[in-house]
Amino acid sequence: MNFPILSSITFLPLIGALFVFLTRTEKGEINNSAIYISIFTSFVNFFLTLFLWYSFDTETPDFQFIEEFNWISGFIKFKFGIDGISILFILLTAFITPICIISCINTIKNRLKEFLIALLILETFMIGVFCSLDLVIFYLFFEAGLIPMFLIIGIWGGPRKVYSAFKFFLFTLLGSVLMLIAIISIYWITGTTDVIQIYEIKIPTEFQYLLWLAFFSSFAVKLPMWPVHTWLPDAHVEAPTPGSVVLAAILLKMAGYGFLRFSVGMFPVASEYFTPLIFILSVVAVIYASLVALMQDDMKKLIAYSSVAHMGFVTIGIFTFNKQGIEGSIIQMFSHGLISAALFLSVGVLYDRTHSRLIKTYGGIVHILPKYSFLFMIFAMGTLGLPGTSGFVGEFLILIGVFKVNFLVAIVSSIGVILAAAYILWLYKRIIFGKLENAQLKKIKDVNFSEGSILTVLCVMILFFGFYPEPLIETMQVSVDNLINNYNLDVNKNISLK
Amino acid sequence: MLDLQFLIPEIFLSISIFSLLMIGVFIKDSFQTIYRLSIIVILSLILIILTGSHELTKVFSDSFVIDNFSSYSKILILISTFFVLLISKRHLIDIKNNKFEYPIIILLSILGMFIMVSSNDLILFYLGLELQSLALYILASIDRDNITSSEAGIKYFVLSALSSGLLLYGCSLIYGFSGSTNFEQIAILSKDFNAGIIFGMVFILVGLAFKVSAVPFHMWTPDVYQGAPTSVTSYFSVVPKIAGIAIFIKFMYLPFQGLLTEWQYILVFMSIGSMILGAVAAIGQKNIKRLMAYSSIGHIGYAIAGIASGTENGFKSTLVYISIYVVMNIGAFACILLMKRSGKYVEDINELSGISKNHPLVSLGLLIILFSLAGIPPLAGFFAKFYVFMAVIESGMYTLAIIGLITTVISAFYYIRVIKIMYFDEPKKPFEKFVDYRIHGPLLLSCILILTFFLYPSILNEFVSSINIF
Repeated sequence: MNFPILSSITFLPLIGALFVFLTRTEKGEINNSAIYISIFTSFVNFFLTLFLWYSFDTETPDFQFIEEFNWISGFIKFKFGIDGISILFILLTAFITPICIISCINTIKNRLKEFLIALLILETFMIGVFCSLDLVIFYLFFEAGLIPMFLIIGIWGGPRKVYSAFKFFLFTLLGSVLMLIAIISIYWITGTTDVIQIYEIKIPTEFQYLLWLAFFSSFAVKLPMWPVHTWLPDAHVEAPTPGSVVLAAILLKMAGYGFLRFSVGMFPVASEYFTPLIFILSVVAVIYASLVALMQDDMKKLIAYSSVAHMGFVTIGIFTFNKQGIEGSIIQMFSHGLISAALFLSVGVLYDRTHSRLIKTYGGIVHILPKYSFLFMIFAMGTLGLPGTSGFVGEFLILIGVFKVNFLVAIVSSIGVILAAAYILWLYKRIIFGKLENAQLKKIKDVNFSEGSILTVLCVMILFFGFYPEPLIETMQVSVDNLINNYNLDVNKNISLK
Repeated sequence: MLDLQFLIPEIFLSISIFSLLMIGVFIKDSFQTIYRLSIIVILSLILIILTGSHELTKVFSDSFVIDNFSSYSKILILISTFFVLLISKRHLIDIKNNKFEYPIIILLSILGMFIMVSSNDLILFYLGLELQSLALYILASIDRDNITSSEAGIKYFVLSALSSGLLLYGCSLIYGFSGSTNFEQIAILSKDFNAGIIFGMVFILVGLAFKVSAVPFHMWTPDVYQGAPTSVTSYFSVVPKIAGIAIFIKFMYLPFQGLLTEWQYILVFMSIGSMILGAVAAIGQKNIKRLMAYSSIGHIGYAIAGIASGTENGFKSTLVYISIYVVMNIGAFACILLMKRSGKYVEDINELSGISKNHPLVSLGLLIILFSLAGIPPLAGFFAKFYVFMAVIESGMYTLAIIGLITTVISAFYYIRVIKIMYFDEPKKPFEKFVDYRIHGPLLLSCILILTFFLYPSILNEFVSSINIF
């Protein structure tokens, strides 16, 4: 494999952004060429990832499509490569981005060209995160995503955009600087920042605890875990719809991926040691965020808190260290990427028509927007994890995994599933059913072609992976097994040493 | 006599300065001519140094050194002066400060810096430092009809003279206790514990900290930056910093190398102080030049952190840091020099409100520069910090690294506040629209360098790697 397919997938959006930058329009016109270029780029990228998935070898746990060349001469190599876990996230990113770009046409009214540039650059950074096999490269992409996201929230956001953008930026930056220190320390401890080599060299146990905490600080903020989740509702509420979609669907997954690849992969002993901490924080997140979500009167805030709860499930699943748990949490991340994207898009559809995100504005939507109500129902069912939707597969596997490890955590997190049903059904009832009282609502139209098509595509994907999650599991199976084997080897060795 | 061939750059510079002075006196309205000639002088100096020898050579009874280190610093000084002269011309003409002395004084200060970075002897070092400082005093007050500029000049002069006095006292203490003024001799003679030399070293550190505006001797910086004309500020924030950091490195690694344990704590304190003060004090600033002053204090803190690590990687990372800092600052000041509305230059940050609507490209440039100053990857500023912290963590100074990186977050706040004003706020009246290749060119170049640095981030390291000052 000589063609650098990973680099092409990563940097193609950047080239697309450059072309969008070069387009010109008169004032007041819609920049059609910018839209076409970005849709074209993101679709080409999506098909490239499909090709990547097709040519991906699911039999081997090794990293594939490895590209490397000298970058910082002497000590750091630019290294790309994927395994069965990262390819799913790349797929998700490449799938969600075109959807965001299409949704921009309806939602972004001013400075569309700049928005598309920011979105395409963000795609490059996000894919880069999942491809990179070097800690410094990973950090580079992980942090670089802050710039476009900060601008997306700040320029195109709602009334409290400045506060939210600053909170988002400073929270995430503060979390990540400790990770930078840890990365540099790893370099001085092991002599390399190459992830594969670190897997082989294995970081000495006595260093693992502090390093784990430093990585944790970054991922906990990004995921977000309770109690550092407070930036997320603000950022979600103020961000424009495509921004919220990217944030919920992909940016949060970078942290989940980071936990799998770095925390569990590089510091197994510390991961085992800190599992109770993760369980406590995640269980609190699941219950607390679900309860808070119940009380929201802003639709976007409600979905934001439901994201916190769902990501709590993900961390519980990862730190069970068994096959069901980890596979479940990867599927949960994948499906949450689809479902939260769909929910934010649905809220965006209503918001574009009425410019209100408050639940009390609505009621009785079903009488005027039947297609919309149907699609929204599927997404709501996905959120609460109804069998047949992808949400079910993930939560179910995670719960199986946890029951093996910790009964109490399993019981409490099952309550979270019930709470999820409560808040999402209540939301659905208040928005869709009831009498149509608000006169302003009577004039609004059902979903148009572009909105309808992207929502339908998401809906189909959610149902497809709900009924047939096999493609996902088959892709990641070998890599997950490998991860767990390495983990068990290290932990057992450590126990026998003691 | 043979020794003179090694001094060709300095001799060439001195002769040019005096001939330019003569031309300036005898030709009327000679600003244009002198300005062009001095740019030619700078460019030919770059050529002379590049083609000359960089082998370690000591001349004049070991008091003057030519080596990679001095050549690197000199070239950096020259290149940055070239760009600063380019971006400041329009401003000088606009504020009717197009006096022919201006480029000549800048050349004089460069001569001082050349002597300083090449010196291997306390006396020669002091001569160079004073020549540089005297030129800078005049520069600060060059807008002599303007009361703030004169105030800046006086302030700078009084405080700087005081610090020079302390520094000279330190030099004499060191001479008294070690018996030599030669750096290498001092290094050998100060191997054994000697309180007198440590005293002298502390006094010299005070003087040096003042020149590079490190905490706690930074007080002059905001006032002088704000008071001096913007074109002068752009020079102040870049070129003397290079020379100051270069001689700082030289002092720590050559005469005081044996006193590592003594000066390390002082430097760590200075570094932490500068980083924190630079980050915290800049938050409340309304004037962009004052903001840049505090920002430069912060950046000097990071540069000193590299020196404080006391390793070879440490001072190399500082050299890389200062080089990237120069690129970013020249770009930032190019933007500040574009803030002109109805014939007047404005300095209030709020005047930038919403300029991204009216000046999309310039504000994109400033956006890139500010994110880079904040140290966000993948921009050049990140790599600058990355190398410094590599060195700091290599020597196991985790506290310094953690404080340093947390202050990065605090300082990111005020940089992104400027971005917020430019991009998120409602537009005000646009600035004057003009295209001046002398300002836009360096701005573009600076942005391109910052943006593409990640493609080949070890480019500076390769230059720096051959430098050795031991």
